[in-house]
Amino acid sequence: MTPAIRVSELRKRFRTTQALDGVSIDIQQGEFFGLLGPNGAGKTTLISILAGLTRADAGHAEIMGHDVVRDYRQSRRALGVVPQELVYDPFFNVRETLRIQSGYFGLKHNDGWIDEIMHHLDLAQHADKNTQSLSGGMKRRLLVAQALVHKPPVIVLDEPTAGVDVDLRRSLWAFISRLNREGHTILLTTHYLEEAEALCGRIAMLKSGRVVACDTTRNLLQLTNEHCAQLRIDAAAAPAAWQGRLQAGADGSWRINFSEYAELESLLADLRVAGIRVIEMQLQEPDLEDVFTDIMKRT
Amino acid sequence: MSGLSALFYKEMLRFWKVMVQTVVAPVVTALLYLLIFSHVLEAHIEVYPGVSYTSFLVPGLVMMSMLQNAFSNSSSSLIQSKMQGNIVFVLLPPLSYLEFFLAYLGAAVIRGLVVGLGVWLVTLWFAPWQAPHLGWLLAYALLACAIMGAIGIVAGIWAEKYDQLAAFQNFLILPLTFLSGVFYSIHSLPAFWQGVSHANPVFYLIDGFRYAFVGHSDSDPWLGLLVASACFVAISAITLVLLKRGYKLRH
Repeated sequence: MTPAIRVSELRKRFRTTQALDGVSIDIQQGEFFGLLGPNGAGKTTLISILAGLTRADAGHAEIMGHDVVRDYRQSRRALGVVPQELVYDPFFNVRETLRIQSGYFGLKHNDGWIDEIMHHLDLAQHADKNTQSLSGGMKRRLLVAQALVHKPPVIVLDEPTAGVDVDLRRSLWAFISRLNREGHTILLTTHYLEEAEALCGRIAMLKSGRVVACDTTRNLLQLTNEHCAQLRIDAAAAPAAWQGRLQAGADGSWRINFSEYAELESLLADLRVAGIRVIEMQLQEPDLEDVFTDIMKRT
Repeated sequence: MSGLSALFYKEMLRFWKVMVQTVVAPVVTALLYLLIFSHVLEAHIEVYPGVSYTSFLVPGLVMMSMLQNAFSNSSSSLIQSKMQGNIVFVLLPPLSYLEFFLAYLGAAVIRGLVVGLGVWLVTLWFAPWQAPHLGWLLAYALLACAIMGAIGIVAGIWAEKYDQLAAFQNFLILPLTFLSGVFYSIHSLPAFWQGVSHANPVFYLIDGFRYAFVGHSDSDPWLGLLVASACFVAISAITLVLLKRGYKLRH
């Protein structure tokens, strides 16, 4: 099957910065794919090249098999992009904005679908409002709606939940997940790693314009076996043998990082021998944030 | 609706929604020029035999308004979209650079013509009705709006700040239009400045457009038509090359 997105050996330089330094990724149709990386890693540059907003210096990119430069009409028809910046055209109301955007894609009678998107994104009651008078969250919804007017099989969301309240975040993800279940391919960039962990089947991590990790979310989570336990004990000091390992927290608790549960077992045994009672203990499993931090440090 | 017609419609709707600023204001400005200049000069100047100064001035004012408003339409629409970031709405869809050009140009021409018509209609209160030569009138009006609409596209793409666009407008467009015989015949100028005026394409636009109304001109209207057409072809070619390359739009 043709990949929904294929980029190979993409390179892009902006004056002194190598924004992309040979990036290759294939994203299959129907995937929910996460693109993670610190600021300046090249995520937005990559998305801009896919969208035709930026031209690569070398390499090539395809959407549903259509080259983004040579077959830009087909590739852009197959792609819906929710830009990172909260942009809007203050001359128009919500419905006009969506009708005009449909028109750009050559769609004449699109009101049925426009009504449906507005309904799902809770925009219907704001249809006749000027975009300028919408709240930040509503403007974000409108951007999502604009990206969907032409029913693109591939949807790119560039940090769609930055500065968005919990309600909108939930309803947005419910809607996007539904689109994904219906067969749309989703490419997501976000700084909220718990969102990526919960939603994305596969994740690529970018650093300084290079792919430093690309795997299923499940495999990535297994890359690190750093567990963490937080303890509260009825003594002022930890046993001498553990003083290097246990880190004192500001609230009087102690933290320990370990990779094998046997280590925790021997700590508990030593505490018992020393006559120290454990008042409270919390275990934290490794999450994507740990993996991300670990990979960014190592590479 | 094809992409082209949608973008054209959006551009039309944009200026129509703020028509007090985009249509009414320039008509009032032109009217003020007419009131002041015709009041001061009507009794003193007869540029062409048998043509009153007011009748001489009206076509110049109509043309000046068309030139400035056609330029304003494309340039301010583009700079606003760039500054606000909503230019992406136009860059993400499958619009070709030719469609982009034609839509912005078409709306600029319409705005120029609407303002020109408005100025002409209000000046009918002050100047006697003369049946213009429709062929010359339309040819010059369309070419003038198209040239300025295309220059407006280039300026709107090139400018990165409102400040730069204002400089373009105040130091290039305004002098070009003011110094091309809107208020006077270039025959009243010293020989050197007559020569300079002949190198200004806007002079031919005003001169030829005036010919359509009063039947007199400083140079041959056919020559003017040739110069204006050549200008339009050249500026369109430059604009299309810039758009195709994605100059300052697609980085």
